[in-house]
Amino acid sequence: MSTPPDIRAGRLASCDYAPAFSDLHEALDAHEARVAAERCLFCYDAPCITACPTSIDIPLFIRQITTGNARGAGKTILDANIFGGMCARVCPTETLCEEACVRNEAEGKPVLIGQLQRFATDAVMASGRPLYRRGAPNGTRIAVVGAGPAGLSCAHRLATLGHEVVVFDARAKAGGLNEHGIAAYKSTNDFAQAEVDWILSVGGIELRTGQALGRDFTLADLRRDFHAVFLGLGLQAVNALGIDGGGLSGVEDAVAFIETLRQTADLSTLPIGRRVVVVGGGMTAVDAAVQAKKLGAEEVTIVYRRGAEQMGASRYEQELALTAGVVVRHWARPLSVRGADGALTAVTFAGTAERDGRLVDTGETFELPADQLFRAIGQSFVPGPVAGESDVLDLEGGRIAVDAERRTSLAGVWAGGDCAAGGRDLTVVAVEDGKQAALSINRALLGFVPMAAE
Amino acid sequence: MADLSVNFCGIKAPNPFWLASAPPTDKAYNVERAFRAGWGGVVWKTLGEDGPPVVNVSGPRYGAVHGPDRRLLAFNNIELITDRPLEVNLREIAEMKRRWPDRAMVVSLMVPCEEDAWKRILPRVEATGADGIELNFGCPHGMSERGMGAAVGQVPEYVEMVTRWCKTHSRMPVIVKLTPNVTDVRKPAEAARRGGADAVSLINTINSIVGVDLERMVPSPHTDGKATHGGMCGPAVKPIALNMVAEIARSPATRGMPISGIGGIETWRDAAEFMALGAGTVQVCTAAMVYGFRIVQEMITGLEAFMDERGYARLDDFVGAAVPNVTDWQYLNLDYAVKAHIDQDLCIKCGRCHVACEDTSHQAITHLVNGVRHFEVIEEECVGCNLCATVCPIESCITMEPLVNALDKRTGRVVDGSYRNWTQHPNNPMAESAGKPLEPMEPAE
Repeated sequence: MSTPPDIRAGRLASCDYAPAFSDLHEALDAHEARVAAERCLFCYDAPCITACPTSIDIPLFIRQITTGNARGAGKTILDANIFGGMCARVCPTETLCEEACVRNEAEGKPVLIGQLQRFATDAVMASGRPLYRRGAPNGTRIAVVGAGPAGLSCAHRLATLGHEVVVFDARAKAGGLNEHGIAAYKSTNDFAQAEVDWILSVGGIELRTGQALGRDFTLADLRRDFHAVFLGLGLQAVNALGIDGGGLSGVEDAVAFIETLRQTADLSTLPIGRRVVVVGGGMTAVDAAVQAKKLGAEEVTIVYRRGAEQMGASRYEQELALTAGVVVRHWARPLSVRGADGALTAVTFAGTAERDGRLVDTGETFELPADQLFRAIGQSFVPGPVAGESDVLDLEGGRIAVDAERRTSLAGVWAGGDCAAGGRDLTVVAVEDGKQAALSINRALLGFVPMAAE
Repeated sequence: MADLSVNFCGIKAPNPFWLASAPPTDKAYNVERAFRAGWGGVVWKTLGEDGPPVVNVSGPRYGAVHGPDRRLLAFNNIELITDRPLEVNLREIAEMKRRWPDRAMVVSLMVPCEEDAWKRILPRVEATGADGIELNFGCPHGMSERGMGAAVGQVPEYVEMVTRWCKTHSRMPVIVKLTPNVTDVRKPAEAARRGGADAVSLINTINSIVGVDLERMVPSPHTDGKATHGGMCGPAVKPIALNMVAEIARSPATRGMPISGIGGIETWRDAAEFMALGAGTVQVCTAAMVYGFRIVQEMITGLEAFMDERGYARLDDFVGAAVPNVTDWQYLNLDYAVKAHIDQDLCIKCGRCHVACEDTSHQAITHLVNGVRHFEVIEEECVGCNLCATVCPIESCITMEPLVNALDKRTGRVVDGSYRNWTQHPNNPMAESAGKPLEPMEPAE
């Protein structure tokens, strides 16, 4: 038995990493896609469209697949959601379009909308032929802050409408959470960057990476130099556990772990604990726990303070964790950490229960030995970079307040994605925010909506 | 257990499931396998005149219409009659009949429209011990260009003439196989009867182009870049075949003539439908070519179970049972009324009934009720057309409920069980006066 902390790289044979992190779902081949597509009933006023935050005309694109028109199907998707390829991989379809599918009523199994969407969008990407082109320049310049799904969705739509766009991002690579924040097995073969490149290939979008708002430029600068500004800042802070980490090594943020993992070319060099505890109940908790397991951690436990029903991760995601060998413990919250020689050795939890709608401690406690603890109890918006301006953005619940058109309280400034209030912390919602903001910016600047160039 | 044995114009077989004249019955090897699998009889693939063998294309002979899951919906072919020497076929027919004496062995024939040609071949076929012959007046491609097959079947006078030659020069029962590529299938059927035919079989394949290769701009299948029409068969032709069988079964001029039903039969249920419309036996080709000979076991056991369930001891108990219920439009009861009814427990809310009715029919199904997605029949508008039930993906979710002593909210008329057809309807200027017969008179025998 090794002495704590047992955190090391290369827990697997080097040849075992690639299979462990391979595609979560095998792509459908043409025959599988046709068979799956044939199950679509082409519903009237289809519930799946209503359930999609970007309102993709799902029955139409599936019908296009059945007729061998995969590229047309891809265009139907991408017209509504330029990140249709990534959303096909990361959307919790089981709580969106596929949950609404009437086939659930009929046979208890929805049409495989997500996988069909991937089939169609992959066909577009593979074709190498452009689907959109930049609109005739109309003389306006728009600043987009954040090259994640919200920002790039906004930028792409603006470019097709003839606006010149400059996108700023603090990181070295564009893509936002698509590139840095989701599990590797959901975006294999560097799909996130390929998709970003494809989106930027429309033209008229200048990408400036390594440029942070509040450090390299201010909101006031942007308002002065551009006709409009879109803020797709995402969330920068990881919520605190509410306990003292004691400065122990081994206590880390799940998002940072995932980001490091995504940017590590050789996963056999990435250290992971023998016993890993993840605190939280959302998608990030599952992504961190499953990937820890895939890296070779022997024991991985997710601890969540409420029950399975309340977890932010969908039922499918929870099952994914269980199938990967992750233990999920409900109704417990972290009380304290214990360490030796400055390194984590165990986490103590208090049992919880719901009494009259409130979460209370039951008085029971238990301890989980741990080499590594990942915090995944949500992220929050850091208003710092946009605060301290002469004109202050109104916040709501700690995030930027926006109206239905994603306009902020400041004239000429729009916001969307996770940094905006009222969202659902989903890629697909961020994409819709960016799209709606672009249309709103276009209306505000031009007074009308020209036909998007195609 | 129901008795499936047949005596079809003197030809006996243990069951009514015969393989049609086609590739599956081209030689002893296949026929042996078919009989082992349980088929009640075969119609041997069409024999032609003695002489240089027929030459087929050395390339694709078949085209297909597939469903999206590659299920075969229809099939066409440009194959000709047997391309094996006559002597070989006759020897094998004799051998198969000897080995399987209880099975029906019918031989399909097609020789030029000359009496001598028929006089030459008929005794040779008779010598094999075959139970009967089937005259191929239906093949729509290739052979018809040479004055045979459909070229004969489309001219009732020729049908009658050749049938008469066969009855004159042979003791064997004669089945005349009819082509559907005519405007009124009753005419060649009547001609066959006049010529002395013992039975008719139908349908042969339908002139067809199953699809066009849009890359090469040539229909499929093609031969070195050129294509010709083929003969279509398979499940998609069944409705056409059922209608033609029914027309012959109920026509006064052909009523009572034995019919061997052909066209898209894949299951016991398909077979039973043909039989209900008057077919004494059925012939199968496409389904065997798609799934192999063992499908006959499903057909035999399915038909037995159906008959046992319904209390039919033998096939004659239900063959033709649906024929009296096939009539002309003008004799349908215009006082009868039904309304669609949607079972809300079964409804999956796909909305197909709504949009079908809304876009293309009578705007008689809701989409939203009090702002909630809900599909319900508006009886004031429903004409009972059955479109909604047809497009509904859930079996039995939408049913057509007859109005019985109830107000038809669309017409304001109480439906009380009265009968009034078009010949009696006040809107018909040609309406007959009361007291005239409501159904066509039985023809004097």
